[in-house]
Amino acid sequence: MRYAMAIDTKKCVGCSDCVVACQTENNVPIGYCRDWIVEVTDGTYPQLEIEIRSERCNHCENAPCVRCCPTGASHYEDGGTVLVTHHKCIGCGACIASCPYDARYSHPDGYVDKCTFCLDNRVKKGEDPACVSVCPTKCMYFGDLDDPNSDVSRVLKMRKWKTLIPEAGTKPHVYYLI
Amino acid sequence: MKEEIITSGRMNPYIDPHLNIWHWQIPLYLFLGGLAAGILFFAALYTIQGKQDKYRTAVKIAPFITPFILIIGLIALFWDLKHKLYFWQLYTTIRFESPMSWGAWTLMVVTPLSFIWCALNIKVIFPDWDWKFQWVKEVEAFFRRNILVISWILLIFSLILGVYTGILFSAFNARPLWNTSILGPLFLASGLSAGAAAIVLLSKDHFERVQMAKIDLIIIAVELFLIIHMFMGFLASTQVQIDAANLFLGGPYTTPFWLFVVMLGMVFPAILEILELRGYKMPHYIAPILVMFGSLMLRFIIAYAGQESRWLY
Ligand code: SF4
Ligand code: SF4
Repeated sequence: MRYAMAIDTKKCVGCSDCVVACQTENNVPIGYCRDWIVEVTDGTYPQLEIEIRSERCNHCENAPCVRCCPTGASHYEDGGTVLVTHHKCIGCGACIASCPYDARYSHPDGYVDKCTFCLDNRVKKGEDPACVSVCPTKCMYFGDLDDPNSDVSRVLKMRKWKTLIPEAGTKPHVYYLI
Repeated sequence: MKEEIITSGRMNPYIDPHLNIWHWQIPLYLFLGGLAAGILFFAALYTIQGKQDKYRTAVKIAPFITPFILIIGLIALFWDLKHKLYFWQLYTTIRFESPMSWGAWTLMVVTPLSFIWCALNIKVIFPDWDWKFQWVKEVEAFFRRNILVISWILLIFSLILGVYTGILFSAFNARPLWNTSILGPLFLASGLSAGAAAIVLLSKDHFERVQMAKIDLIIIAVELFLIIHMFMGFLASTQVQIDAANLFLGGPYTTPFWLFVVMLGMVFPAILEILELRGYKMPHYIAPILVMFGSLMLRFIIAYAGQESRWLY
């Protein structure tokens, strides 16, 4: 089993509903976020292109954050999701420095926190992650890459996609449809 | 003009607008670790070579500061942790992939060794010292019999400690400035140089001072070579590493780096040392203090600049 997410940059309007849904679902402290919107404007005026992405931890297959964690607090969980065991984390910040996407933050309680794909609170109950289920344009797909019939496998077969900074060698599990 | 504008809605503390998770504690810890590694390396080396009497300060006196600086370093590291009560988790496992992990273990080897080293030489500082209990005397005698074994362990672990202070940074490919394997040898050299400088500073023996100053000169030359090599590597690499190098070549860190680290911390003390070796009289403490200052600044500047260097996507 390999959990993955595909996000359609052609459909995303940057409304930030996913950001708020995540903050509510996961009790993210005020002033912090586990997912966020990025807008990239590219080109020469008036020929401008805009890409809107909802970003989060990529649950990398070759995750530098897991590699550099001295205690094993950062680890691979079921389906390749990358999680942090709070009571093992010493708050050294090595994983924060190691993530090329800056997807982690230091929780005010001391441990490090980030996107969990809502693994325990939703996915294991058969629901989609909060961000996926709330998106008003239905631009996100979640599922198991090893299951050819999952939403995410099907849409990745049909559409062109990219991952973020593939040259960093992290093998992301969040795909962007382009 | 073709442009790319990236706007992000993320504003997490310590992350945005650029990473600033590590503050003064980490570079201070790395400097103290490197300095202790340098001092203990020379102490072990001259013991193995049987030159304890020629290099009395290096072997018997300078090591007395290492337990203190190692402990201050560990306090600084502890200070920087954000989930302090769970500190002990660091010592429940060894993860060789994680420099933070094997570095912490290296310190757990080097720190007790530095205490043992001082205990064995305590009579040099306090001639009337008496261990009082018979069993302590027996333990001391045991260590004294095995001083060569201890020296070899110390030699190897001080090198590991010195190199670790650089590898801690270079293991992060997310920060292009840090992601160069030159940082390991460069920080090791900088630690050895600071160690040699500390010995020059403490020594009252002319022969020892001259020898250590000569060694320091060679190490400074190696450091300058490594720095040039590092920039050549960056400039011949990908755009993110070119951008990282530009932080020092016209960017915000240009003056602090070239002035404090290279000029004041390496070139100037090297000139002073050469003049002194040629027989010019000058206060002998200026060059070693500058070398140690440069070594400290190197850590600070690399730590802070590295957190500003990133991938843009
Ligand atoms: S995106 Fe960052 S935090 Fe998430 S798995 Fe990859 S390296 Fe780790
Ligand atoms: S901050 Fe916590 S999760 Fe991150 S590397 Fe350190 S111990 Fe591991």
